[in-house]
Amino acid sequence: MEVGLAHYLTVGAILFSLGIFAVMTRRNAVALLMGVELILNGANVNFVAFSRYVETSIDGHLMAAFVIVLAAAEAAVALAIVLAMFRNFGTVHVDSVDSLKQ
Amino acid sequence: MGDMVFYLFAATTVLSGFFVVFSKNIVHAGFSLLFTLFGVAGLFAMLGADFLAVTQTMVYIGGVLILVLFVVMMTRIPGQDIPKRSFDRKIPAGVFSVLIFALVFKVINGTEWNVLPVDAPEATISMIGQKLLTDFIFPFEYASIVLLLAMIGAAILIRERKIDDEEEVQS
Repeated sequence: MEVGLAHYLTVGAILFSLGIFAVMTRRNAVALLMGVELILNGANVNFVAFSRYVETSIDGHLMAAFVIVLAAAEAAVALAIVLAMFRNFGTVHVDSVDSLKQ
Repeated sequence: MGDMVFYLFAATTVLSGFFVVFSKNIVHAGFSLLFTLFGVAGLFAMLGADFLAVTQTMVYIGGVLILVLFVVMMTRIPGQDIPKRSFDRKIPAGVFSVLIFALVFKVINGTEWNVLPVDAPEATISMIGQKLLTDFIFPFEYASIVLLLAMIGAAILIRERKIDDEEEVQS
């Protein structure tokens, strides 16, 4: 079977579902961020695949580039938050950081 | 030949993605993420997105992943890798994500995509540059503002500060 659009979309869907699973089960803040990266990469694969097979322009490439830019910014800020959390609470376990609830 | 290369990259991406999600050791998960991102860069190259493949390699693998690994190594307390109450979440989360995948897979295979004839890939860098300075000029400028704000925000969040109101001294 010739590799086509559906194959790339399937890879993107697998990455997306894996990321959703990681975000829902992981309790380590850094592992949670890895799940977010998986989700963004799945979306990026879809953007580029559609740009290759369905569109004639390369707008999908630009969307994927902006997603990469925002992912970098998000990772920087989120990891700074994780480090601040580790300094103040001594853990990166997201369930044990609940002093706002008490 | 091209199909074999696609399956190689797809298998790399998916298998190491599974390892990222299911590995108990957070360091192993981080290093496995390297192979996932590299596989996605390979898929971009297969799709004729040369600029994005290079960007993915440089920004994700060279930037984000290094940052993630640094934070993993700075915040890791040995013996704390295994989360305490996670098994009660695994089953509903697994059912949910498998359902999402099944739905998306059904849509992918059930839709008649308007696939155009694929021509040979050409270099995209000059086209991307022209698009960025014409149609996408505002997102381009906003992206620079977002990056500047993220840089300032991360620096502010991470700096050591003396808290005078509270008695405790930050170490």
